[in-house]
Amino acid sequence: MTMPSTQAELQTLLENMANMLREQFSDKKPLLVGIHTGGVWVARALLEILGEDFFAAPLGTLNIAYYRDDFTRIGMHPQVSPSDLPFDVDNRHLILVDDVFYSGRTTRAALNEIFDYGRPATVTLMVLIERNGRELPIRPDIVGATVQLEKGQQLKLRKSADGLHLELREAGAVHAQ
Amino acid sequence: MHSNQLTEQGHLRHFLTIEGLKRPLLTEIMDRAEQFSGIGHRQVKKVPLLRGKTIVNLFFENSTRTRSTFELAAKRLSADVMNFNINTSATSKGESLLDTLHNLEAMHTDMFVVRHNQSGAAEFIAQHVAPYVSVINAGDGCHAHPTQAMLDMFTIRRHKQHFADLRVAIVGDILHSRVARSQIQALSTLGVGEIRVIGPQTLLPRDCHTMGVHVYHDMAEGLEGVDVVITLRLQLERMQGALLPSAREYYRCFGLTPEKLRYAKPDAIVMHPGPINRGVEIASSVADGPQSVILEQVTHGIAIRMAVMSMALGSQSDFYEAEA
Repeated sequence: MTMPSTQAELQTLLENMANMLREQFSDKKPLLVGIHTGGVWVARALLEILGEDFFAAPLGTLNIAYYRDDFTRIGMHPQVSPSDLPFDVDNRHLILVDDVFYSGRTTRAALNEIFDYGRPATVTLMVLIERNGRELPIRPDIVGATVQLEKGQQLKLRKSADGLHLELREAGAVHAQ
Repeated sequence: MHSNQLTEQGHLRHFLTIEGLKRPLLTEIMDRAEQFSGIGHRQVKKVPLLRGKTIVNLFFENSTRTRSTFELAAKRLSADVMNFNINTSATSKGESLLDTLHNLEAMHTDMFVVRHNQSGAAEFIAQHVAPYVSVINAGDGCHAHPTQAMLDMFTIRRHKQHFADLRVAIVGDILHSRVARSQIQALSTLGVGEIRVIGPQTLLPRDCHTMGVHVYHDMAEGLEGVDVVITLRLQLERMQGALLPSAREYYRCFGLTPEKLRYAKPDAIVMHPGPINRGVEIASSVADGPQSVILEQVTHGIAIRMAVMSMALGSQSDFYEAEA
């Protein structure tokens, strides 16, 4: 698929993702968890479409900085807001949201962190964009769009005053999780 | 002397003293501690950040609170911890400090947390460890106790927010206190409006005025309108040195009683680094009273030590980069 570039295209992806959630979870009162920073933006957009009542509790956020696998190589990461799961995860259905799915390492870290809060009944991974380059046996359950990128190209979700947009960066940038 | 606390990239490598560190770094330590403090409330009170790292607590001087909070901080970061309580007489049997150190280094230690009754001991060890090893000063003689000072700053920030507007009084034996020295450096680096020290002449350093503090010998004057009162432990062994007439006399003049606390602002907080001598430097009713944040200080010590340990071990990546 070609890169969704306009606001309208992104909104369509989000609407489709929201519909898939409705189909699968309308009677389950799931919990929504966004991964900092882009995943939180996507989760908020979904919350806007589905309404607060669809979920059992306010949006949870995860900062996976302390669960990464590159501490020895990269050291401490710049500070972002700490994790905040304002609910008990035990026996609940969690919808884990990220912006771009790439290597799978962020998801691995997020799953480890979630299980330090408790034991959810299920975890469903939902991403706005899935790109090629998976390095772990983890893949998303609900995907907005799938794109093929060159090795070295990086896709970032950005947020500005007029909303969310995707930014494609060319080779040369440091490989990130 | 202290420039080797930072890597070439400006990251914290060792944490030996507050002296020479800039405000953004102290703020970063507190911000990171803020992030770590939530972990204590989770089902699993642990993050895997320092998994596989080995930390040695090297205590040449007794300590319960400091050693156990360092140990807990390391464990909450998933590091492996070894505690060595070495009394100096045992090491003097044969092995020198450096021999002890190199033996522990040979066990692939990543960090030493050092407490010693000699000023400069942590600095000395930092000068002799391998480049990838970090040293944290957990108190050296009368010199410095930087993690204590940072947990105190963190506690003040939790209650008062803006350092610039504050009046802070430190009461007691400033002369022999590494805690007071580090606190004064941290308070002034963070831009605290007014720092006061209160104590008898014999327990205040002669160069007090050059440290940018206001000196008082009277509690009523010194506590007038302050936002924070930090009481220091009176080391009872000082009595023998004829620096003080008696504990009872000290309590009468400088003990923090409810009556004396009334000179401070009504919402002033009362702090103490512990262990407390009740009825010597502080009345029980004040130590256990509504304005006391003494137990909070202990809790905050864990988060601050997690912040400092993770930042120092994170700076190892600067050496990794250099080799790559």
